[in-house]
Amino acid sequence: MRVVRTFTLKNALGLHARVAVMMVNTAKQFSADIYFERNGIVVNGRSILGILTLACPKGGTITITAEGEDAAGAMEAFEKLIESRFGED
Amino acid sequence: MAAQGLKKTIVLKGIGVSPGVACGKAFPIDHRPITIPYIEISDRDFLEKEVARFIRALDSSTAELEAIKNKLDAEEGIGPLIIEAHVMILRDTGFIRSTIETIRKRGINAEWALELTLSRYRDVFGRMEDVYLKDRIRDVEDVVHRVLRHLLGAGGEAISDIKEEAIIVAHDLSPAETVQMKGKNILAFATDVGGKTSHTAIVARSLSIPAVVGLENITKKVRKEDKLIVDGTSGVVIVNPDQETVRRYEDKKRHYRILEEDFIKGAGLPAVTKDGRGIGVGANIEFVEEIPSAIYHGANGVGLFRTEFFYVNREQSPTEEEHYEHYRIVVENKDIKWATFRTFDLGGDKFISDPRLAEEMNPAMGLRAVRYCLREPDIFEVQLRGILRASAHGNTGIMIPMISGLEEILEVKKIIEKVKDNLRARRIPFNEGIKLGIMVEVPSAAMVADALAREVDFFSIGTNDLIQYSLAIDRVNEHVGYLYRPCHPAVLRLIRYVVEAGHRAGIKVAMCGEMAGDPFCTMLLLGLELDGLSMTPLAIPLVKRIIREATMEEAKKLVNHVMGFDRTDQIEEYIKDYMRRRFPDYCAVADVE
Repeated sequence: MRVVRTFTLKNALGLHARVAVMMVNTAKQFSADIYFERNGIVVNGRSILGILTLACPKGGTITITAEGEDAAGAMEAFEKLIESRFGED
Repeated sequence: MAAQGLKKTIVLKGIGVSPGVACGKAFPIDHRPITIPYIEISDRDFLEKEVARFIRALDSSTAELEAIKNKLDAEEGIGPLIIEAHVMILRDTGFIRSTIETIRKRGINAEWALELTLSRYRDVFGRMEDVYLKDRIRDVEDVVHRVLRHLLGAGGEAISDIKEEAIIVAHDLSPAETVQMKGKNILAFATDVGGKTSHTAIVARSLSIPAVVGLENITKKVRKEDKLIVDGTSGVVIVNPDQETVRRYEDKKRHYRILEEDFIKGAGLPAVTKDGRGIGVGANIEFVEEIPSAIYHGANGVGLFRTEFFYVNREQSPTEEEHYEHYRIVVENKDIKWATFRTFDLGGDKFISDPRLAEEMNPAMGLRAVRYCLREPDIFEVQLRGILRASAHGNTGIMIPMISGLEEILEVKKIIEKVKDNLRARRIPFNEGIKLGIMVEVPSAAMVADALAREVDFFSIGTNDLIQYSLAIDRVNEHVGYLYRPCHPAVLRLIRYVVEAGHRAGIKVAMCGEMAGDPFCTMLLLGLELDGLSMTPLAIPLVKRIIREATMEEAKKLVNHVMGFDRTDQIEEYIKDYMRRRFPDYCAVADVE
């Protein structure tokens, strides 16, 4: 199964280090392949440096692709994480 | 001074990113490895060995970080995220693959391949606009350094060796390093690189310790155990300072500690007593970098600009042009209403070219300040020309230190006239009405203040030396330091006499010693009718606040009362008690001893 969704980052700093760590930790909970894409650049969802090099600012969009048995669950987890603004206030 | 003479005093200027002052010993952390070897390898088997070596270094680096993380987890419940991020970088597939491919394709050793991986990430991060994200390259660098250390078999981390109070000196501090500093007694940071948003700055502010970054090459100039002063407010680091400088900064530190946000709010308001007497409140500074702090803390002018550091640690004395450009920055500042430059108070020991003078027994009473200037008028004139030229740009005063009698000031005035003639001849503008004043810090000068007052435009009482000389106390001598008492009746009588003599001659009398910034003395000094007080910038808000809430009537009453005591301890007790009752809020904070 393959799921693709685009999200807008609403947290204060965008895709900074703390957020990248949370993204990687989320990806690691699933067996699906996970990719992040922004402005045509695709990176592995388990690569912290890849995620950081996307340089996604606040209000920027990223497209997440999950491919594998638990792709839907993975996407749900990312959605929760992003909608919760990564626990920032 | 002799013991200090072996180590050179150096002044370094960077960016103050976390305010406050620290004095202590340097603990350099040198984590910049090491020359990276470049080895070309053609044998495939050997290349695979390089790959394996790289993977082993990754594993041992990861194990090292995990151990740090576990330790911090155990201590604080939850480990710092930054260590987790570093572990993730160590396991980053892009990072690992890129390095392994480079080893294989380029046929080079692991260290060099790793360096190439790092430079690729430097390119990527360097192109980012977001300053915060851009700075994350530091994390990559830190991880790479760690792996390199393992590859090269270099020793473990220095931070764990920190046992006592230390000022950390480093090229840059990485998050992984700063978290390991938790629980250590770190007094301050001083680093080669960085900016206001760099990690070092953020951590320093969160720990409330001073930090100066962007010092460029402090790691090359400082060795372990060197004594350092770090002024995170003005961005100045002084390496191997002399005792007098240390004292001055200890004083600054004390004021910093008692300064509360609340006091700063009113710092910009004028220093006028309730019954309408205005006091000129100035700052004592020695670097132009201190001007913003002086203004922020409410200084109306610069009551004492020290110029000694201009001469320290250089082969040749500064030129007229250097003096001028430097002083001009001060007087041109629109928030600085006046600036008083004290001509250099140095002895021959600072001018190394003159060995005759190096063996003086008692430098405090030796050939220094105006005495030295009159002996070497050429050096003196260069500085005077610089100050005079700056006077064309703003309200400028010249102040001569260590005057002990009339002859000296007459001699100085002759030299100043000569310098003015020289400038007129060169058609270089200066303010013809520039004010000339003297430091009253030698007891003999205080006693002939009436005669001196007729020759100058202002007095500034330098209490540090005045007290030291009149009580015959070397205040840095720990055995007699307890006798150094600003409220000694003899000192108060001298101050009163100097003020009266100045006022009879129609000139202003200010004070620029540490006493001027001591909030406990503010009422006393008001009552003694000083016209101006100049002090370390951090002392200004509290002193100004006391002035604004006081009346001259009550201040004079206080002076009349304490002048009736014969003993220093009676005076001190009375004033402390009085101030505590009169200003309970401020004195509660100020009462740190």
